[in-house]
Amino acid sequence: MTLALFYIFAAVLVFGALRVITAKNPVHAVLWLILSFFTSACLWILLKAEFLAVSLVVIYVGAVMVLFLFVVMMLDINFEELRKGFWKFFPVAAVVAAIMMVEMVLVLTNRYAQIPGAELVEQAPTVQDLGRLIYIDYFLPFQLSAVLLLVGMIAAIGLTIRKRKNTKYQSPGEQIAVKAADRVRVLKMAADAPLEAPAAPAADAGEQKPQA
Amino acid sequence: MIPTSLNAWVATPEIFLLCSACIVLLFDLFVSDARKQVTYLLTLLVLALTAVLTIQSLQQGLALSASGVSAARFAFNHMYVADPVADFAKLGMLLGVALVLIYGRSYAIDRGIFKGELFTLTLFSLLGMMVMASATNFLTLYVGLELLSLAIYALVALPRGNVRASEAAMKYFVLGALASGMLLYGLSMLYGATGSLDVYEVSARIAQAQFNPMLLTFGMVFVVTGIGFKLGAVPFHMWVPDVYEGSPTLLAQLIGSAPKLAAFVFVLRLLGEAMGQFGPLWGEMLKYIAILSLVIGNLAAIAQTNIKRMLAYSTISHMGFLLLGVMTHSEIGYAAAFFYAMTYVITAAASFGLIMLLSRNGFECENIADFKGLNKRSPWFAGMMLMVMFSMAGIPAFVGFFAKLSVLRALVDSGLTWLAVVAIVFSLIGAFYYLRVVKVMYFDEPEGELLAPAGELDAKLLLSLNCLLLLVLGVFPNQLLTSLSHAVNLTMAGSAGMMLQ
Repeated sequence: MTLALFYIFAAVLVFGALRVITAKNPVHAVLWLILSFFTSACLWILLKAEFLAVSLVVIYVGAVMVLFLFVVMMLDINFEELRKGFWKFFPVAAVVAAIMMVEMVLVLTNRYAQIPGAELVEQAPTVQDLGRLIYIDYFLPFQLSAVLLLVGMIAAIGLTIRKRKNTKYQSPGEQIAVKAADRVRVLKMAADAPLEAPAAPAADAGEQKPQA
Repeated sequence: MIPTSLNAWVATPEIFLLCSACIVLLFDLFVSDARKQVTYLLTLLVLALTAVLTIQSLQQGLALSASGVSAARFAFNHMYVADPVADFAKLGMLLGVALVLIYGRSYAIDRGIFKGELFTLTLFSLLGMMVMASATNFLTLYVGLELLSLAIYALVALPRGNVRASEAAMKYFVLGALASGMLLYGLSMLYGATGSLDVYEVSARIAQAQFNPMLLTFGMVFVVTGIGFKLGAVPFHMWVPDVYEGSPTLLAQLIGSAPKLAAFVFVLRLLGEAMGQFGPLWGEMLKYIAILSLVIGNLAAIAQTNIKRMLAYSTISHMGFLLLGVMTHSEIGYAAAFFYAMTYVITAAASFGLIMLLSRNGFECENIADFKGLNKRSPWFAGMMLMVMFSMAGIPAFVGFFAKLSVLRALVDSGLTWLAVVAIVFSLIGAFYYLRVVKVMYFDEPEGELLAPAGELDAKLLLSLNCLLLLVLGVFPNQLLTSLSHAVNLTMAGSAGMMLQ
């Protein structure tokens, strides 16, 4: 049963990974990548590495890929331009791929590179083990690392935040409080009078000058 | 080997400091820029309360040792220890950081860095130092060091419009990261060689010969290099003058005072306790680092016209002296180095405090020529500067003399008389540039208009007390010296006791 599941997941994973590199639309590629990550998380579960699986979903699928999607959608990249050099770089890529292939074969088939995989699976750390390590054995360094991140955050904000003068920004409160009379000025004029230059409506009422 | 328990109350000072740093951070959001004095006072209150808690912990430790129990109290599953060395060092750091804030207040207001981040980041850097002083695990040591460094990098870069400060921050950051990398690589080698990250466990495994000697020596070289970088000892000193010169004086004071104590305890735990068996080996490395620091520090300081750069080179030579004490790997040597570091914090604070006192809005007092005729402007503060310079030069009756004397005594006790002679010769050379400042203050005619020292009354008062303390400690050094050496003895005895288990 596990074997059958493994093949199903593996097939989905390989298909998804192939679509990542063959998809024409980069947004589709990212979506296929999400599928690949999710399927590899399922494979981790089969290997009883539930923490890895959960963190893969939470971190990669949940956070990194969303960021990727945003980046891909927001940046105006000319993908045709990027694809142009494909055949030019193909020989180099092929060499690299071939070397990687040979290395993999060496590691997987060589007798000296065999690791006792079955034993490793039995000893795989569970969430409970990790929790014990983080919250009992290494409680202090763990908490201090959190403080370190906090300091990093304070530093980043402290070094980059600046109140610019002369920038225009919206003040929602004043936008809501604006009345029709502030925006439109009704002019009374004689219908047969010569046309004067229309007074500009005070359209900028919502855009306030910043308070110095 | 050690029962699993958090035992968190032992770390009350750090826990209190962390919580109140977060409170200051939040509180500061609701304080308008014009009323940052409130945050400032709150920060000082936090420092005072942390000091009270640390003194309690110190008394507890001394009481325990008086009743024959080990003074070291462990917490967080043997990651943290509160022992008299750590507590004394923490008191020194608290004093050093408080002096930075008090002396630097009007300086910071003038330069627009009197902001919330100044206080919170300073508190976090202090937390990093305190963790370093109490860490008994390589991991905690390293995280404490990074906490200290990261906060200080950010602080140096805080005046954003100032190009020199940004340059100093960049240099400090890049070289600091390099040093951290070296140190971490060395620590990982030590872990590989002994199979443990715990200071006492490593020392026990070395004593039982359960280690890989080749890997250990290899790792030790990197650890010593990393420490050399962090202390700013030659040949890893290049960043010190640039950072001192470029950063705002108040942050130069922060970099130059309290962290030296943290670095001393760091060296004590890492080299003295964990690798005590290899004393002769790393002692040899430290010996050359120390001699080079004395030579280059003192000779290069003579050529400086900028007083901050001069003080930077003087720091390098002082670190050389400190390392001379450590390299003897004897209790008297560690006690001398501890005394040296402690008094150096007070002396450095006074020297930077005086520089800030003479600076004012739009005028940075940073050249030695700016001190010309100080005696005519303000005889009192000229006298104070005289005391600081005499103390740094090691002229008798000032505390710097006794600090140097105790290091020399440790050297002679270890049979390294020739090294003591070298140290004396270079101290004499060093006296030249300290005395030059005195000469400029008293015998040169002032240039330009006569400006009296600026600064608030509290800063002036405390600065005077600080300088007088140099004299008082110089006349009565024994009290401090004996308490510090007692603390060092307790720690070393505790570490030997751990090894026997």
